[in-house]
This record gives sequence, structure tokens and C-alpha cells, in this order.
Amino acid sequence: MKKLVISMAVSAALVVTTVASAAPTKIGMITTLSGGGSHLGIDVRDGFMLATEMANADLEVIIRDDARKPDIAKSLANELIQKDKVDILTGIIWSNLAMAVVPSTVRGGTFYLSPNAGPSALAGKACHENYFNVAWQNNNLHEAMGHFMKGDGLKKPFILAPNYPAGTDALTGFKSRFGEAEGEIFTKLGQKDYAAEIAQIRASNADSIFFFLPGGMGIAFMKQYASSGLKLPVYGPAFSFDEIILGAVGNSAIGVKNTSQWAYDLDNAANEQFVKAFRAKYDRTPTLYASQGYDTANLILSALEKARPSDKDAFRKALKSADFDSVRGSFKFGSNQHPIQNIYVREVVAGDGKKPTNKLVGIAISNLQDAYVSQCSL
Amino acid sequence: MTLALAFEQLLNGIQFGVMLFLMASGLTLIFGVMGLINLAHGSLYMVGAFVCAYVTGLTGSFWLGLVAGSLGAALMGVMVEVLVIRRLYHRDHLDQVLATFALILILSEGTAWVFGSQPLWLDIPSILKGSVELGVLIYPVYRILIIVVGVLVALGLYLLISRTRIGMRIRAGENDREMIGALGVNISVLYTFVFAVGAALAGLAGSLVGALQSVEVGMGEPVLILAFVVIVIGGIGSIKGALIGAMLVGIVDTLGRVLLPSLFQWFMEPSAAASVGSALASMLIYLLMAIILAIKPKGLFPAND
Repeated sequence: MKKLVISMAVSAALVVTTVASAAPTKIGMITTLSGGGSHLGIDVRDGFMLATEMANADLEVIIRDDARKPDIAKSLANELIQKDKVDILTGIIWSNLAMAVVPSTVRGGTFYLSPNAGPSALAGKACHENYFNVAWQNNNLHEAMGHFMKGDGLKKPFILAPNYPAGTDALTGFKSRFGEAEGEIFTKLGQKDYAAEIAQIRASNADSIFFFLPGGMGIAFMKQYASSGLKLPVYGPAFSFDEIILGAVGNSAIGVKNTSQWAYDLDNAANEQFVKAFRAKYDRTPTLYASQGYDTANLILSALEKARPSDKDAFRKALKSADFDSVRGSFKFGSNQHPIQNIYVREVVAGDGKKPTNKLVGIAISNLQDAYVSQCSL
Repeated sequence: MTLALAFEQLLNGIQFGVMLFLMASGLTLIFGVMGLINLAHGSLYMVGAFVCAYVTGLTGSFWLGLVAGSLGAALMGVMVEVLVIRRLYHRDHLDQVLATFALILILSEGTAWVFGSQPLWLDIPSILKGSVELGVLIYPVYRILIIVVGVLVALGLYLLISRTRIGMRIRAGENDREMIGALGVNISVLYTFVFAVGAALAGLAGSLVGALQSVEVGMGEPVLILAFVVIVIGGIGSIKGALIGAMLVGIVDTLGRVLLPSLFQWFMEPSAAASVGSALASMLIYLLMAIILAIKPKGLFPAND
């Protein structure tokens, strides 16, 4: 009798484990789908979902809108982890939201893969074995532009960024390669009127402008700058000149140089396939955010082929090996689980239709690793 | 800071103030006449901007869009007044806040449902693009237009309220609501009219600003908060107070954003000064409000004194 009970219990347990392994991996995605920052979240989501559909993967992705509010993101994370019991969390766009969500998530044992935000704290002192950044550390694109502008012979840039973790990282990164700027301003996150800032730039002796204003902020700034009568050359990271922003600001952006870890005309097979599939499905050119969402999904899929997220050590090791075809070409993780990658320079040129577009023109820094890796104990 | 920069920032402050006045005048009129706290005023601003963007896209004319934006917001205002707000006049302020907050949610979700949650980009008509030279400084034409429109609206409101029969009724309504009803004035028509005027001004502000910035769901709430600061500073119910308050808030906010970071640079390193200065600058108008309320608890120009 005792034997029978045991064998029944064992077979029941077997049934349970087989059911568990057949259940799809659950991924929670918290991203910005409404308001002035929505096109970033929408592109991350669309790139991510495109990759899962192309791989025909058995995943359950739960998507939530944080409306760029840290408190909403935090409560969504709690809900996804505690109620829905997701294995992996991803999707956050804004660094202030990432700082609210990521540390407690990874400490609690859930994997977090960042498709966009890369605050310096999480690359340095607060790095964690369950935290992977698939995009870049926040400073990267800006330091590359600082390096490029210095090489271009500019002396007195005026620099501005929003006052939040990614904004301070941006200007720190820029100055780490360029040196001190002629003037610097921190604006409010989500600010839409830049009359006061443009007036200050006009009154300064600046010979150029470097600005980091992602999403709707960049559109508002460029539109107001174009009608201000100021004619200084403008530089920035790709966040200030993605395809959606260019579509809204039009030809006034032509000639602008910007730095990016990816470009839609970057020449490799994975990228060609991605850009073609994205255009076919969504009828628009992908932005760098879409490429990051796509890479994040493919990294997860590559790791899932080797291990289940429930086997944390094996899954972590599989993620860390980054064994997937990135649309950026070569891709690998540094010891703090942030990418080591090329940063390219793109130029805004007239497009075939009404909208201008980005064209790859060269490399700003190759195999760039972030400056915080030495502070990370991993 | 050079004279040209100081002058340009002053103009920026005035332009911001004028925009706030368009919002605050409607808000204060509605509170003064009907005693209603209307949190949904920001939603009417948003509705105006969306209608303007839609009509401009359809017809290609920004001017038609501007008219449609104001009228659309007025129409929405009348609808909301007749269907919901009318039941709130005799209720407690807390009930009004609750109901009009619900209206914010309904109008925001409704707009997102109709137009989607991505921002719309409204373009300034080409004759208003670019800048003109005004003596020592260069200033965008479109921002000058906003200032001119604001001054005209202020003048128009002044004439409407002080020189016309309907203005007389509005003033009477502010002073004694029961008495004006007893004198045979159709009070519910007057209320609807005042609400429509307030909504039209909000719609006009939304349309004008939408072209400069962006048109998106939730664009009204930050402005609504500032408009409340303005009417609290100016004295609730007073148009003159709204005008002075709006100018004060606009100029203090703009100059604070510029001056504080450079002020802190005297004794801090530049990047710390920039972040401390800009953080403090965003609090400045609330400090202004606190100081004014400490000295004049009913605001600068209380309506029923």
C-alpha cells in the first residue's frame, strides 16, 4: 500500500513537471505606450513581438503601459511578478522608471533584460547577476558623440538634456570625451517649450549644439529651434533623431550628425532580414528602439534553447554567452553584463518620400565598453 | 546676461503668461459665476487641440483648425455642462471635484480611443514660421502671434464683462446668484453661455500651444495645475486677477529657469548648479503662491470683496 502511494505520488509529480515544462515561458513587458514618450515603447514592443513571431516561439508576453510614470511602473512590476509570476521582466524605456523597478526585481530573483534604459548605477555599484542590458549603458552614445565632435574641430558646444538619470549620464558621458562645454542646461523631463533654453543658446558664444531629448521632447525642440532663426550646427545621440522624430520635424534636420549603436542600413544578414520584416509588418522604418526590442527577444530565445529560466544558473549562463545573431553585427557582454559594441555615426539626409532619413557614415568608437565596469563586483 | 537676452526671456515669460491667462480666465469665470471647481478644464484644452489638429489635417488650413478647435471645445463644454455639470451647482465642492475628475478620465480615454495614444504633430502655417527682428532681438513670429491673441482676448473679455448686457448679468451672477434668478434672468442659459466661453478659451489655448509643442492625450493636466496656481494667486473669480497672476507665473517661471542655474554657479560647480538650479526653478511658482497667500490669503484681487 505504501509503495502504491509513493509510486502514485511520483507519477503525479512527473505529470506536474511535464506540464510545467510544457507551459510557455512568461515574460512581462512594462513599457511606455501612451503620451509624449510613446513611440519609444511602441517600437520596443513591436520589435520584440516581431522576433517572437518570426521564431514562432512558445512565449506568453504580458504587455503593460507605464505612461512614463515611475509609480505606475513599480506597481505593474509588483503585479507581474507576484500575481502573474513572470520568469523575465523587460521593456522599460526611461531610466528613472528603471531605477524604481529593476533593483528590487533582480534582488527578488526575477531576470530583468533592459531593452533601452542603462543608468550608470546599474552598470557600476548596483550591478546584479540577474540584470542584463541589451541596449547600451546610458553614457555610450553621448561619449561617442563627444569624441566625434572633438575630432570634428568643434570648440564650444552648448549641451542640454532632461534632468533625470539618463540625462545626467548623457552629459557626463559627453564631457568625459569632449571636456567642458560652453554651457549646459538640464530641462524638465517631458518639457515641451524650449523658448527660454533657445534664448540662452542664442546669447552664448557656442559654436554648436549637442542635445539629448528623446521622444516628443526632441520633436518639440527641433521644431522650435527651426523657427528661432538660430543657425548653429546641431549634434546629438540617435535618440534625438530617430525616424519618427525626423518624420515630425521634416527637412530642418537635414545635415545633422548623430551617434547610434545600430542603423537600419548597417550591412549584415540579420539586420537585413529584420528591417525587411519590420517594414513589411508595420509599414514603417524601424528605429533603434525597435532594433533593441528585437535583439532582446532574440537573446531570450537563444537562452531558452539552452536552459529554462527556472534553472537560474544555467539560464543566466546562457544569456551571458549572448549566442544570437544581433542586428548590430558583433555583440558581446562585458563582465557587468552590459554590451561591448561599436558606436556609429549617422547623418540625416533627404529621404525618398517627404521625410528625411538617417544614413550610416562611419564609426565613432569601435568596441566601446562602458566606464563603470570597474565599479561592478561581478 | 545681456539686455537682449533679458528682453527675450521677458517676452518668453509674457508669452507663457498669456497662454496661462487663456486657461485661467475661463476657469476663474466659471468659478466666479457658478461657484464650480472644474477640473475638466484641462480636458477641454486637449479637446480643442485635437479638433484643431484634425481639422487642419483635413483642410490644410491652420486658421480653420484654430476656429474649429475653439468651437469644438465650446461645443464639448456645452455638452458636458448640460449633461453633467448642471447637476453639480448646488452640490458640495468635493462632489464637483469628484465628478469633474471623472470627466478628465472619460475625456482622456475617449480621446485616446478616437485618435490613438500617440502624439499628433500640428505644423505652424508657413507664413508664421521663422523669426523677425525687434530692435536688439530676434523673436519667432508665432510666439508674437500668441501674445497678440492673448492681449486681444483680454481686451475682449474686459469689454464683454464691463460694457455689455450679458457682462452685466455675469457680474450680477458673481455677486448674488439667487437675486439674479429672482429678477427674471434665465440663469441656466447664462451658466451654459459662461461655460461655453470658458471652454472656447481653453480650446483656443490648446490649439495655439498644440502647434508649438505637440497634441497628445493628457496634455491638459500640467496646464490645469498651473492655471489653478494662477487663479489662486490672482484671487478666485477675478479676471483681472487671472491676468496679473498669469503674467506673474509666466515671468517668474521662465526667468527662474534661466537665472537660478546661473545664480548657483557663483558658488557651485557648473553641472551641480545646473541640476540644483533647475530643480529649484520648478518649485519657484509654488513658493510664489505660498508667499502671496501668506500676505494676502484671498489672492491679489479677490472677486467679492
